[in-house]
Amino acid sequence: MNSLYTYLFIAALLFSLGIFGVFQRRSLIGMLIAIELMLNAASINFMAFNRFLAPDPIVGQIYTLFIMGIAAAEAAIALSIIVAVFRRLRSINIERAQELRG
Amino acid sequence: MNSVQSLIQPHFLAQAGFAGVVTLTFAGALIAVFPRNILYNVLGLIVCLTGVAGIFLYLGSPFIALMELLIYVGAICISIIFAIMLSRPLHLSLPKRHMFKVGLAFGVGAVVFLMLSTIIYSTAWQPASVRSSDWSVATLGNYLLTRYDLVFELISLVLLVAILGAIIISGYARRRPS
Repeated sequence: MNSLYTYLFIAALLFSLGIFGVFQRRSLIGMLIAIELMLNAASINFMAFNRFLAPDPIVGQIYTLFIMGIAAAEAAIALSIIVAVFRRLRSINIERAQELRG
Repeated sequence: MNSVQSLIQPHFLAQAGFAGVVTLTFAGALIAVFPRNILYNVLGLIVCLTGVAGIFLYLGSPFIALMELLIYVGAICISIIFAIMLSRPLHLSLPKRHMFKVGLAFGVGAVVFLMLSTIIYSTAWQPASVRSSDWSVATLGNYLLTRYDLVFELISLVLLVAILGAIIISGYARRRPS
């Protein structure tokens, strides 16, 4: 509980689960959820380094806040793209979004 | 009697709470990744993010934990649920999953985890020689408005552009004849 390695392993496992989700899912919303998991793993890493290593324990918190802001912007854009793709193709399965295939 | 007393010691309580929070995180992450019903995925994501907020609490920052609950659970998960309601009727039959693809994805995830844990173990982490112990929210706000002022402004600009872009993208798709 009080060692850096615990938190780093939690974050690594969460990140690997996110990567597994991105490769395995075919619905766009499922991939977005997996990407949120990966961003959270990055936040845990920043907070752990902030708690155990950093000279100034404010900077990691600021980084984590910025990651949350970027995640919010990314979710807004991704969800609007998903809604637009669904209106055009009547599906959010990425294997059907093949209009640009040569 | 002795065992009961050892159960309610603060140290043991903290350990049990940490184990519970980590279990919550990984159970939520598994639910967020595995089931094929997309609504279960979002509920699992909510559970997982609540666990991550608990981890932030154990890392010494209640403010970031509350922000995690507010932004991720309160805003992002709710907007994902809105997008699900706008996109796909849930009663339609779900697409079959290919076991080969799932196995391949599992292999990629396992390789990434092995690489990351090798890096974690083989690095000698050195704490900084001089460490300040100021964790207060007041100092956080002070830094955000002085040293990290530009980044603060930039992220508000990014959020504004993202909101405008989201409106334009979804509105453009509606006007367009399909």
